[in-house]
Amino acid sequence: MQVDPRGQRMAAGITTVILVIVLVTGSWELLAAQAVVFAVGALAGLRYAPYGLIYQALVRPRIGPPAELEAAAPPRFAQGVGLVFAVVGTAGYALGTEWLGIGATAFALGAAFLNAAFGFCLGCEMYLLIRRVIPLNRSEREVSV
Amino acid sequence: MTGAFVAALVLLTATVFGLVRRRRDGRLRAGKGSGLDGSRDRLSPAELGAELGERATLVQFSTAFCAPCRTTRRVLADVAAMVDGVAHVEIDAEAHLDLVRRLGIVRTPTVLVLDAAGNVVRRAAGAPRRADVIAALGAAIG
Repeated sequence: MQVDPRGQRMAAGITTVILVIVLVTGSWELLAAQAVVFAVGALAGLRYAPYGLIYQALVRPRIGPPAELEAAAPPRFAQGVGLVFAVVGTAGYALGTEWLGIGATAFALGAAFLNAAFGFCLGCEMYLLIRRVIPLNRSEREVSV
Repeated sequence: MTGAFVAALVLLTATVFGLVRRRRDGRLRAGKGSGLDGSRDRLSPAELGAELGERATLVQFSTAFCAPCRTTRRVLADVAAMVDGVAHVEIDAEAHLDLVRRLGIVRTPTVLVLDAAGNVVRRAAGAPRRADVIAALGAAIG
């Protein structure tokens, strides 16, 4: 599946605003809502991602089709990384461990802002690092057998 | 109050990081493993899973979750088709984690420019520009 990269940038912009509000207000409810948004994008697919639907309904008809489409797998993986941090942050705020809520939200904010402002996908970049630490690779297992 | 302070700090740090990253991204350098610091990385056809190019080889490390890998693939394939004796080899980083660790690769795409013997001459993290790839080939072939 392919996605419009401008839609991804706009979605990251909305996420940035939401996460700033979470940090300022410390609202675990709002962060939980953002976690649901991440979860829909990561688990159901970017086609159903709420901010993407907003983009498709309101913005894309006005600016026309994109010059180029992008593969959906990288941003979808990044939504999953965002989901992990949003869930940890929500738990932190809700259970009264404020530093955990702030820390996890801060990381997610940094990633969302880099995507919105620079088109740089931090979640995607983490993929290889994660795999370097946790090699579950089939070909490596075959070698060890 | 702490939260608002942290939010401002994150946005500032991310801006600086993003600007630095944008400037460095895809720059082909003669850095680690290219002979300047005494260490010389060398790749064999067996490690690459492909023959070396007659004069130079453009090696690209990719993963499935890498948006700029596609652009990089296009640029490197174009340059390899344009310059005689240059091969383009794309390696799935996940399937070669031992090689990825040995070369200290942390991002995809990472591009290595090898000379005819397989020595790493230039290296870039991020999608390189076409003109920079051609210039780096000059260093590998020259």
